[in-house]
Amino acid sequence: MSTLLKPKTAAELRDVYLRQEMMPTIFCDGCGLGNVLNYTLWALDELQVDLDQVVFVSGIGCSSRLSGYVNADGMHTTHGRALSFASGIKAANPNLKVIVFTGDGDGAGIGGNHLLHTIRRNMDMTVILVNNYIYGMTGGQSAPTTPIGGLSTTTPYGNVEYPMDICALALALEAPYVARWTVNQPYPPIKSIAQGIAKRGFALIEMLVPCPTAYGGRNGLKGVEAIWQWYRENTVLLDDFEHIMEFGTLEEQEEIKHKLKVGVLRDTERESFEERWAKLVEQVKL
Amino acid sequence: MDRALIRRALGDKVQFIQGDDACAYGALLAGCNFFAGYPITPATEVAEQMSILLPLVGGCYIQMEDEIASMGALVGASWTGAKTMTSTSGPGFSLMQENLGYAIMTETPCVVVNVQRSGPSTGQPTMGAYGDMMQARWGTHGDHEIIMLCPASIQESLDLTIVAFNLSEQFRTPVLLFIDGELGHMRERLVIPDEDELELVERPMFNGQGKYLPFATDASLVPTFAPFGSGHRTYVTGLTHNEQGLPRSSSAEIHDKLVRRLADKINNHRDQIIRYEEFYADDCDIAIITYGITARTCRDVVEQARSKGIKVGMLRLITIWPFPDDTVARWSECVQAILVPEMNLGQMIHPIREAVAGRCKVAPLFRIGGEIHTPVEILTALEELQCQLC
Ligand code: SF4
Repeated sequence: MSTLLKPKTAAELRDVYLRQEMMPTIFCDGCGLGNVLNYTLWALDELQVDLDQVVFVSGIGCSSRLSGYVNADGMHTTHGRALSFASGIKAANPNLKVIVFTGDGDGAGIGGNHLLHTIRRNMDMTVILVNNYIYGMTGGQSAPTTPIGGLSTTTPYGNVEYPMDICALALALEAPYVARWTVNQPYPPIKSIAQGIAKRGFALIEMLVPCPTAYGGRNGLKGVEAIWQWYRENTVLLDDFEHIMEFGTLEEQEEIKHKLKVGVLRDTERESFEERWAKLVEQVKL
Repeated sequence: MDRALIRRALGDKVQFIQGDDACAYGALLAGCNFFAGYPITPATEVAEQMSILLPLVGGCYIQMEDEIASMGALVGASWTGAKTMTSTSGPGFSLMQENLGYAIMTETPCVVVNVQRSGPSTGQPTMGAYGDMMQARWGTHGDHEIIMLCPASIQESLDLTIVAFNLSEQFRTPVLLFIDGELGHMRERLVIPDEDELELVERPMFNGQGKYLPFATDASLVPTFAPFGSGHRTYVTGLTHNEQGLPRSSSAEIHDKLVRRLADKINNHRDQIIRYEEFYADDCDIAIITYGITARTCRDVVEQARSKGIKVGMLRLITIWPFPDDTVARWSECVQAILVPEMNLGQMIHPIREAVAGRCKVAPLFRIGGEIHTPVEILTALEELQCQLC
């Protein structure tokens, strides 16, 4: 795996992996969704996946447009339900690789129950959940991830609700692969998405990305750089966190205690639904 | 799937079983290899039966977290080439509406069984009703057509489930099969058709010639299919899309063309879709137009009434949607009155009145509460109608 980043130019990646007829994307300047797409393409390239055998599934929202940009089979479904469609695809044809693009509103808000149960079943799929703390496509309404006090068009005086930790949910439901990354660091997410795609079973990769249009500006984070800076100040690498908690000073520990941990939060093995179902059929088939 | 295996999984040729099970048997015979569902009275037995049968023949059964997910899973599975079915009852059918519309828009074959119970809301879970007839037609948002069949016996529940799959494959659209709690749980003699009696239809497949345009059609108005994983890199979206499948949601022209074609592919083939049964069509003054379990009571009453000198005929609707308005119009030209018994507060009476267009009297006979019409009740209504006509 020493060849993680092959020297493929952006133009080469585009020609191989993108559906030209869908360009340009709908994304605003500074939106992090393009980065997520870019990282995913690098990961696919790293794994040399046969694109004919991959289905990209998504729900509704800015992030859910990603499925259409990759030149592979794709299904742009209904709001929040991407995982239901994806489960049907994977259960009916386990030979296909399924990659889901979803957002915080789509995947954890309206689709929260499907997220919960798709993880519980351990469907073999990679879910790239793009979290920008807001409903972007509809113009900036509060999401289940909007921080307390966060301003949105529907929390004009500040959000009073507690935000949800999506990775904590996945960990609690024993997803075999869970990772969280911020978009300002390209290399770890590329590696992580590749790990997720290669994983048997449910892999969740939560990507924190800026939505300068609907979230950043309104919340005192004007421009992408301000949001990236916010990520630097408010997140801590899991390895660093553990190291400081063990060896750091009290002040250091105090400083990182409430920061959001990023990194591979779990990487383990667990039999998938498809594997278990195939075994059952093997046992009972006439 | 291995047809001999399917036949073995179903067991004896003649059985005494309930309607829910008959639907499951019909699905298997039609080649259904994927079922996603959620338990709900009085439809649970369909799912239970599928969970027994599908693993025996190498298919896939998956119990989803709700009916929304079930409907989504059906569509996903169908795009891998699977023949798919779900079953539900009123509350679950309500939850399926959005993804049902997605299946219509994306031309995805799938079969939805609704074992109806009384509503609104939780209503009477264990009692039969026909309260979802209009929801079936108009439940999902936007302009669309739907195909729906209504059996009246256990045997027909099996036979029409096979027809539902065939229509769904032929026209690449969801097909609804509606029974009710009574038929679902009632037991009757069932004869499983032999292999040579089965006529199965498969969706039109892409023949590999030239570039695949997933939503381009010929005169049939039904596009050809290439499953996910076949290398054609198809994009499927619920947005208004062009023949290539790519979103074109701001184009009035493309939207108009697409949505009209989706309607026309069903309306232009009404002859192949519409089924009904007629009794004494050429020799009656009064007609009963009915469907589902109510038709069974009515069939007996027709004979009783005729023996009493009331010249009654009967039209039993089997295909509910698209509505056979030509047939109803033809009946309305030959009779003086039409009695419409329904297990709801008046649903199919509306398209019937529209088709009759004032040519004869249309009299309602509605019953709700979970019990089917009694013969006496229908006979009395016919006698009253007869008096009014004299
Ligand atoms: S609204 Fe936000 S999430 Fe949507 S494209 Fe614009 S920046 Fe990206």
